[in-house]
Amino acid sequence: MCAQPAPDQAPDDPSAAAAPPHRVVLDARDITRALTRISHEILERNKGAGDLVLLGIPSRGVPLARRIAARIKEVEGVDVPTGSLDVTMYRDDLRKHPARGPQPTAVPPGGIDDKTVVLVDDVLYSGRTVRAALDAMNDIGRPAVVRLAVLVDRGHRELPIRADHVGKNLPSARTERVMVRLADLDDVEGVWIAGSAPDTPDTPGAAGASGEAGTGATA
Amino acid sequence: MKKHLLSIDDVSADDVATLFETAAEMHDVQRRQVKKLPALRGRTVINLFFEDSTRTRSSFEIAGKWLSADTINITGKGSSASKGESLRDTVLTIAAMGVDALVMRHAASGSALQVSQWVDAAVINAGDGTHEHPSQALLDAYTLQRRFGTDGRLGSLEGRHVVLVGDLTHSRVFRSNVLCLTKLGAQVSVVAPPTLMPSGVEPWSKELGFATSYDLDEVLPTADAVMMLRVQRERMSGGYFPSAREYTVGYGLTRDRLATLGPDVPICHPGPMNRGLEIAADAADAAQSLVLDQVSAGLAVRMSILYHLLAGEGSTS
Amino acid sequence: MTDQILVKGASLLGAASSDLLISDGVIAEIGSVSAPQARVIEADGLVALPGLVDLHTHLREPGREDAETILTGSQAAAVGGFTAVLAMANTSPVTDTAEAAERVHDLGRTAGLVDVQPVGAVTRGLGGQELAELGLMARSRAGVKVFSDDGRCVADARVMRRALEYVKGFGGVVSQHAQDPDLAGATSCCHEGELSGRLGLPGWPGVAEEVIVARDVMLARHTGSRVHVAHASTAGTVEVLRWAKGLGIEVTAEVTPHHLLLTTDLLSGYDPTYKVNPPLRPQEDVEALRTALADGTIDAVATDHAPHARHDKEHAFVDAAFGMLGLETALPVVATVMVESGLLDWAGVARVMSANPARIAGLGQHGHDIAVGSPANLTLVDPAATVTVDRDDSVSLSRNNPWHGRTLGAAVHATLLRGVPTVLEGKLV
Repeated sequence: MCAQPAPDQAPDDPSAAAAPPHRVVLDARDITRALTRISHEILERNKGAGDLVLLGIPSRGVPLARRIAARIKEVEGVDVPTGSLDVTMYRDDLRKHPARGPQPTAVPPGGIDDKTVVLVDDVLYSGRTVRAALDAMNDIGRPAVVRLAVLVDRGHRELPIRADHVGKNLPSARTERVMVRLADLDDVEGVWIAGSAPDTPDTPGAAGASGEAGTGATA
Repeated sequence: MKKHLLSIDDVSADDVATLFETAAEMHDVQRRQVKKLPALRGRTVINLFFEDSTRTRSSFEIAGKWLSADTINITGKGSSASKGESLRDTVLTIAAMGVDALVMRHAASGSALQVSQWVDAAVINAGDGTHEHPSQALLDAYTLQRRFGTDGRLGSLEGRHVVLVGDLTHSRVFRSNVLCLTKLGAQVSVVAPPTLMPSGVEPWSKELGFATSYDLDEVLPTADAVMMLRVQRERMSGGYFPSAREYTVGYGLTRDRLATLGPDVPICHPGPMNRGLEIAADAADAAQSLVLDQVSAGLAVRMSILYHLLAGEGSTS
Repeated sequence: MTDQILVKGASLLGAASSDLLISDGVIAEIGSVSAPQARVIEADGLVALPGLVDLHTHLREPGREDAETILTGSQAAAVGGFTAVLAMANTSPVTDTAEAAERVHDLGRTAGLVDVQPVGAVTRGLGGQELAELGLMARSRAGVKVFSDDGRCVADARVMRRALEYVKGFGGVVSQHAQDPDLAGATSCCHEGELSGRLGLPGWPGVAEEVIVARDVMLARHTGSRVHVAHASTAGTVEVLRWAKGLGIEVTAEVTPHHLLLTTDLLSGYDPTYKVNPPLRPQEDVEALRTALADGTIDAVATDHAPHARHDKEHAFVDAAFGMLGLETALPVVATVMVESGLLDWAGVARVMSANPARIAGLGQHGHDIAVGSPANLTLVDPAATVTVDRDDSVSLSRNNPWHGRTLGAAVHATLLRGVPTVLEGKLV
């Protein structure tokens, strides 16, 4: 029942997307602060940067993972291996949509075996993306530990999954949409929440679902 | 993307780009220890091969299996007509088992199109007579784009001069390739002795925009890529050319001709090769030969085709 | 008389309107006729033609009664306005004996809808090597006059020469399926040209027909015999015919309705409905055939009605059977192609669909002028009708109808065989 937008699509018009009636939840500085905090949490939890691997889930998990890695480097002076993990082929809702092309999966040269892998995504919602990511990871190696870092947790889980590191808990209604835009991909940066607009019906595959990359349902 | 892949005419240039982007990702899967993706779990793909084929059938079979589809091979030699059963009855019987896709090879041109009108399943043409072999053309173009790309990114065929040489009359690889390469902006020349040029090729080449020649040595110096096509020895009995020796001298990629090619000019052959006839061993094994790249690209491209035709909505039979 | 029919107000061969009184199976009176006892067929606005004669049908009986029988084929012929048809010999068994010919003849008479005249095979079993018993077939009750291995070419020049010589003894004619088997290989299934090159279909070129026509007219000149060219399909054949006729060689030729209208581009969807022998040709050939039919180079229209069971067409294109239905649609096609375009008037239609074929086949009871004393074999045509063909409306047992969905001008309204209506209001009586 919830919009499951393509994780690989860029918004048609980011500035329009940011226009009212959308409400700003995080601005660019908030995002930076949240990522800094997450970086520190990861280091604390891991007792340093040893054996750490960051895997971003495309599209927006990838730049988030890179930013966290950069912050860790500032703090610890260590280059944390960072990659991307595409989950398209592992989704359980593939049949509900026209086939989408997969995004790159790039595992760092050292692999993930016996590492502490932190999965990074923009929004945690139903939990299905994370489930797919765990399956995808299963096919490329066997980490010692897997953790999850998300910029926004908007609730409404459908699976027993929770995040280890959360930038912001954002209570939302299912009918609302959460939009994440990152300067790396979108020209603008911020997190917005909006009620389901009449022109963007909250149904899978509807026209409104496209161009909403980062909408809350992805995680 | 259309429901079926019967001809290169069924895909647009954008579709080809999408297929290739996905194929590039699939290509990486081949390097993994676990070469398996769950995308087509629960889907049934039948490889229905009425004609002998090892490489295409096994390529589609592995592609389907790596995508977790249930892949079943059905082979039937000879035409169904000779068994007294109509083609329609044969395929309806198989389709009635509940299949999502039929990957079909048949000795008769047009048979895949006919079958697509009779069954609900998606039909992928894996070679219909001397008509088309679209997955081969796609993998050839993909192989060339990889070759012309840098850092693992796909290059472009726009403006590249691709030369196809061989038994054009009887080649489905030629027909699919000339459609695919021109669609992707390549400048295509086809070379064959007059007896192996398809009938009526002049108006067709004008309309589609490719060049024809009887003289390989005239065309080769400007080639950016060369595709050698298989020549069946039995064509000699049909009077298409007098001897293997004479064919090789006129149209083979010999050592001498290899020497005139730049070292960066890739050489393709869809296989199986007749070494010594259309291609010299030195050319087949040259550093610039993409013959084995074509095989691994074939897997990636066929995974991409199966994925795009079967993974999405509305592809359930 | 007990059984008189009065056809009221028909336009004779498209000219003046007149009444026709039919009595005892012959035309008894023409003009303004009053016959109160007669059964009346209102023919106002209809064109009266002599009953149509088809030089070339496949009735499939004996052997493939699932595709057509002599009865159902006769019904299709009557609905198409025919009063006589020549039934080709490539049945199973082949019509290559007097007994086989008499059987076809008798089954035709039993059906009683059209005169079914058997064609005898030229060679035993259509094998192309030994002459069939041509004389015995000619002397039989069937009175066979036309001999053909149709479906196959009498390719051996020696055999063709002997056949042409031999049939002179009883005024027979050899109808040749002109197709050089070496130029039309075993898998050839369509016209060789640009489209076959694109589609990857093995084809045969027009010259495979033309070389045989050229050879046969020379053999006809040499033997002083008569040769008939079945289903001429190319402009080159027309040129050879024109040249031969100019020299006074005894050659006649027929063209099918489908070769007058359908072209090779219909094959682009690989639909075996359009697979026929000779194959559909390009538009240039179609134009040449129309002109030749109009100027008399081609003498007759013949249907090559070739019914096939559905499953014999549901193969891959190269494996499917050759042939298409034609009896019921022949006249509407000719009207559409030749009359509407002004290439032929209705008298011309009578010539190419009745008089000439009857003369070529030696059918004395058919192809007469509409005149007092002539056998009352008549076809009444509604020239103003337009009909969209529906293959399921056919009385043939088969459905391989290339005209399905097409709208054609003119329709057969009534057919009379020796004064007996076989078709009225377009329906079998």
